[in-house]
Amino acid sequence: MLVIKNGRMLDPATNTDAPRDILIDGEKIVEVAQPGSVRAAPGAEIFDATGLIVAPGFIDLHAHLREPGQESSETIETGTRAAARGGFTAVCCMPNTKPVNDNASVTRFILDRAKATGRVRVWPIGAASLESKGEAISEIAGMKEAGIVAVSDDGKPIATAKLAQQVMDYCRSLGLTVIEHAEDVSLAAGAVMREGVTSTRLGLRGMPAAAEAVCVARDVQLAELTGAHLHIAHLSAKASLEQVRWAKSRKLRVSCEVTPHHFTLIDEDVTYDSRFKMNPPLAAREDRKALIEGLADGTVDAIATDHAPHEPALKDVEFDRAPFGILGFETALALALEQLVHAGRISLMRMVELFTTGPARVLGVERKIWPGQAADLTIFSFDRPWTFHVGESASKSRNSPFDGRKFKGGAVETIVAGRIVHRIQ
Amino acid sequence: MTHRFRDLLALEPLTADELRFLLDQSKPFQEIQKHPLKKLATLRGKTVALAFFENSTRTRISFGTAASRLGADTMNLQAEASSIKKGETLLDTAFNLNAMKPDCLVMRHAASGAADYVAQHLDTPVVNAGDGTHEHPSQGLLDALTIGDRLGTIENLNVTILGDILHSRVARSNIHLLGKFGCRFTLCGPSMWVPRELEKIAPGVPIRCVYNMEEALENAHVIIMLRVQTERLNDPPLSANDYILLYQLNAERLKRAHRDAIVLHPGPINRGIEITPDVADGPQSCVLEQVTNGVAVRMAILYLVISGASESGTHPALEAKAKESANASD
Repeated sequence: MLVIKNGRMLDPATNTDAPRDILIDGEKIVEVAQPGSVRAAPGAEIFDATGLIVAPGFIDLHAHLREPGQESSETIETGTRAAARGGFTAVCCMPNTKPVNDNASVTRFILDRAKATGRVRVWPIGAASLESKGEAISEIAGMKEAGIVAVSDDGKPIATAKLAQQVMDYCRSLGLTVIEHAEDVSLAAGAVMREGVTSTRLGLRGMPAAAEAVCVARDVQLAELTGAHLHIAHLSAKASLEQVRWAKSRKLRVSCEVTPHHFTLIDEDVTYDSRFKMNPPLAAREDRKALIEGLADGTVDAIATDHAPHEPALKDVEFDRAPFGILGFETALALALEQLVHAGRISLMRMVELFTTGPARVLGVERKIWPGQAADLTIFSFDRPWTFHVGESASKSRNSPFDGRKFKGGAVETIVAGRIVHRIQ
Repeated sequence: MTHRFRDLLALEPLTADELRFLLDQSKPFQEIQKHPLKKLATLRGKTVALAFFENSTRTRISFGTAASRLGADTMNLQAEASSIKKGETLLDTAFNLNAMKPDCLVMRHAASGAADYVAQHLDTPVVNAGDGTHEHPSQGLLDALTIGDRLGTIENLNVTILGDILHSRVARSNIHLLGKFGCRFTLCGPSMWVPRELEKIAPGVPIRCVYNMEEALENAHVIIMLRVQTERLNDPPLSANDYILLYQLNAERLKRAHRDAIVLHPGPINRGIEITPDVADGPQSCVLEQVTNGVAVRMAILYLVISGASESGTHPALEAKAKESANASD
């Protein structure tokens, strides 16, 4: 038994923002009550959360754990340890592993490894097409039975409108969300950052915002046509957000996520340092402003990290040759606090929603602090000062542009199925 | 006033003072190009590594000539012979070259920022001989030197650059140098190659993009032509005939420019595409002076990064030259 005492409980599911004690027995929450009134058995472990915020367990909709196939950059063990340190209790891992998670055997392998080595829950996302090649539809029903939570060809878009239509149609019947990496590959060909004054000055090939928005527009139309639940991954452009806003105004089942790096950094921050290279690339100043408005007004459903580890041997090369992507787990909450809450742009409750009930709704799962629910909790500090040193990261990789950044607030204790998987002293 | 240069990676971060200093330091070396005996002993015993990861003929020969005229030895790495194709990273190649203890690494690379990236990892000075579509500092300097020689000044000029500006490292270096001396720029070419973002790449420098060549040439003191890269014509295809129709510099169009206007071209020239032979070979053309000045500028660059700026302010090159003349068979 574990009692979380004296914390400020923030639960968007029940719209609670009040001091509560939480009693956990085994893997479940058994009681949520006024401070001092839970009935813990003698000898129960007690965690005093005075001054801390107790939230439902954070879900990351978008991560790359690199196992199987690229274990020199990350493994399920190291990735989930980093996730636990960042306060995440469940991470959705994208299927672009080697081999691609496009069949039930790979899905089962990932879940077996997660069971054996994972610190937090691993929820695999299955490929939409075989090998994510955009030709044949993958073994989606088989993977669903094995345990995938959504489908995506992340890393690239579903190749053609026809295939996207078919996959959406099929996934609607199976009750799975289709997560789209929206990118017009011809507009993005060869590009290494967002097109603009900075790309022009640096002589780096840029892709326009339309590279994303054109594909979002296509998929929104197909979501309307098929009735599927379409979720736009790592949305970065104002124009894309406007497409999502339009879709929501028509009551389509369209949702989207935004990454911490896109609401924190912009293209003007890019130098020849490959830690600033990701896809979609850092966007324009006005895009960032629009993303923050979308996070505040409800157009954006979730904050997702797009945690994309690459070992130094891959990433430490000239900018043009470096792979896209940066680490995300350990800085996501702190960046959300810094950029959104401390900056006065959204409430703490809204931020928690973006990490919990928001992503849960995208996947069609429940997330709340309530008796009978799984004991997944994220306990964090609102203002504890700390510095992120990437050298101390639990990830196998070091590709973070936030190395050395000073933060206020971050995860203190992460609980998954009643087990403490991360605690700072 | 003297300045020290650890590396020469780009002209953008340099001040007008530093740029003026680089140009002034090139002048004695220009004189040397006219001398029957051109070899100095200034950098005798020093080694210049020429690492060209991208094809280049004139820039590589120009840096090689500059090094040898300063008495330095060179080591050559050419893309075809390199280990890049065997999968070695740029940094490993640079570390290996550096382990042979050169005094300076001159590098050309197809990736923008490559020289900057290598310089961050090496103690040896790095000279950027062209990085992707970013900068080509020695070209910017030699162009300025040529303009100064012909027009008597590099200040407050109307400079028109024609061609594929978006993919031109030469244009960027020209803008970042001449822009610090009050020059005004008109960039002209097919609109896909002359995006409006270019107007903002050098804050404070008046830059305008126009798509009509006659308008672009109006009152120009300096016309800098860029080579039409045939590979760019194919991405996606643009009609060569269209290019000639709209943007070829011919005698008739040249009349629009200032009476004393000069024409520069970094080469190699595509005769009959971006420029007609009569203009390329005409009295307003400076293309061969550019090549000669290229050697002088590169001698100054190598001298400065290897020896450091002369504290006394007197240029040792000329003193050395006097000695060399006395001992010419050395």
